[in-house]
Amino acid sequence: MPPETTTTTAPATMAKAATAGARTQARARAARNHKILVYGTRVLLLIGLIGLWEGLARAAVIDPFNFSMPSKIWDQMTQWALNGTPQGSLWEQIWYTLYEALLGWVIGVIGGVVLGIALGRIRFLADVLGPYIKVLNALPRIVLAPIFLIWFGLGPASKVASAVVLVFFPVFFNAFQGAREVDRNLVANSRILGASSRQVTLQVVIPSATSWIFTSLHVSFGFALIGAIVGEYIGATKGLGLLVSASQGTFNAAGVYAAMVILAVVALLAEGLLAFLEKRLFRWKPADASADR
Amino acid sequence: MNSQTSPAIELRGTSKAFRTPSGALHTAVRDLDLTVRRGEFVAVVGPTGCGKSTTLTLVSGLEEPTEGEVLVAGEPVRGIGDKVGFVFQQDAVFPWRTVLSNVMAGPRFRGVPKAEARERAREWLDRVGLASFEDRYPHQLSGGQRKRVALAATFVNDPEILLMDEPFSALDVQTRALMSDELLELWSGTGASVVFVTHDLEESIALADKVVVMTAGPATVKEVFEVDLPRPRKVESVRLEPRFIEIYREIWSSLGEEVRITRERGAADAA
Repeated sequence: MPPETTTTTAPATMAKAATAGARTQARARAARNHKILVYGTRVLLLIGLIGLWEGLARAAVIDPFNFSMPSKIWDQMTQWALNGTPQGSLWEQIWYTLYEALLGWVIGVIGGVVLGIALGRIRFLADVLGPYIKVLNALPRIVLAPIFLIWFGLGPASKVASAVVLVFFPVFFNAFQGAREVDRNLVANSRILGASSRQVTLQVVIPSATSWIFTSLHVSFGFALIGAIVGEYIGATKGLGLLVSASQGTFNAAGVYAAMVILAVVALLAEGLLAFLEKRLFRWKPADASADR
Repeated sequence: MNSQTSPAIELRGTSKAFRTPSGALHTAVRDLDLTVRRGEFVAVVGPTGCGKSTTLTLVSGLEEPTEGEVLVAGEPVRGIGDKVGFVFQQDAVFPWRTVLSNVMAGPRFRGVPKAEARERAREWLDRVGLASFEDRYPHQLSGGQRKRVALAATFVNDPEILLMDEPFSALDVQTRALMSDELLELWSGTGASVVFVTHDLEESIALADKVVVMTAGPATVKEVFEVDLPRPRKVESVRLEPRFIEIYREIWSSLGEEVRITRERGAADAA
């Protein structure tokens, strides 16, 4: 009696399928809930900290003149954005700092990559220049900023120069290491396949060094911003660093914080752009490995 | 000597010594005499770490011998020649290139125009059964498929001499048998001379015309055995034939002794 047998087995399998389906759903719900919990707690933490700061400053537990308060910082930022800063519009200040940092970063990266690969590939160069590079690297390079100010004046050139020296070394060392650590098998294989030494450099060494270089690019963009800001802080006619030092000079604590917040946003945006580019460039890598970074 | 009549590969009294990081001199190959005729498939077996791979790097021109001579087609080897193909033990495909681009690499390095290189690469990808995978990156392939890419990338250069350094040792047993058959098929049309280094005696008999047994390191030729099994062969069936087992026993009586010597020396660190 086929109808009866089906009626006896069908509910069992259906129930099984239903519980399995329910379990997947429950698992998905748990994952979602966890996500909401993490984000929620994050937001609460931020609100809590800002609220605490605001409250303590308003209650005069901490001195609002020295420590300022979030509402004042916000007022300062909107005022700069709407009415401009004492040195001109806010966007111009941001653009100046970004321009100096970007230009310094690009020059430093190109110099670091080219020299790093060259020294990694040409043993003679590495042997000759190695000790000098070590000495230069040992120098705390931020002290060069005042010298650059003397050499290149108050304009952007001196900030670009300090960004370059900060960016160059980490990029250089990573490119050098990347060129040194190329898989020997890969080099041997490409030589057997007929690659000239130039082709090995361009088509084997540089591609395999790119993941090394990219890790340094993230760090070094931060360094470029530091170079530009410190340069402006020491002496400039425009830029966010000047905004910081001008606010400090007029005992405007809210101004210093406001400039800091703006800088953080700029740095985060630049970092996001870099991560996006990296994702495009490393399509050949296994997905899980790039997710690890 | 005429380059048409001379053997494909000749090693005469070849030695190779390396400096170890501690400064000591390590002799990998000592006084090696070996001849490979044109179109011949020679398998080289020996205990692990005895210097088999060094022999290949000498023939390829990646390394120069300390003493003696290495001749390819009657000419002494100076640097890497364009007649040689080399399949490595480890994966040596470019991970940032697609499958097609990997196979095109050889011809492109040698200045073949792009369109022609692509056509030839497609042809070889088709022959190794990876025609539908040409847009994949190596990390998206299995170990066996990556090996096929390496084979295609080597064969696309039309090598007269094919050097293989334990090419299938990283693969699982079934894939290995499959790849061996495939290699025989790919090779049969080319007339290339092959030197196939392995420590797997069964593999070497199934593939080769001639099996060379090396001594425990420093390597030198101990004995040479002719394998008179008829071609075309299928690896899985040929090893069940009585003649195969006979040859196996004969060669093992020679090889086994060297393996024992290596083991007694504590081969673990030599490998």
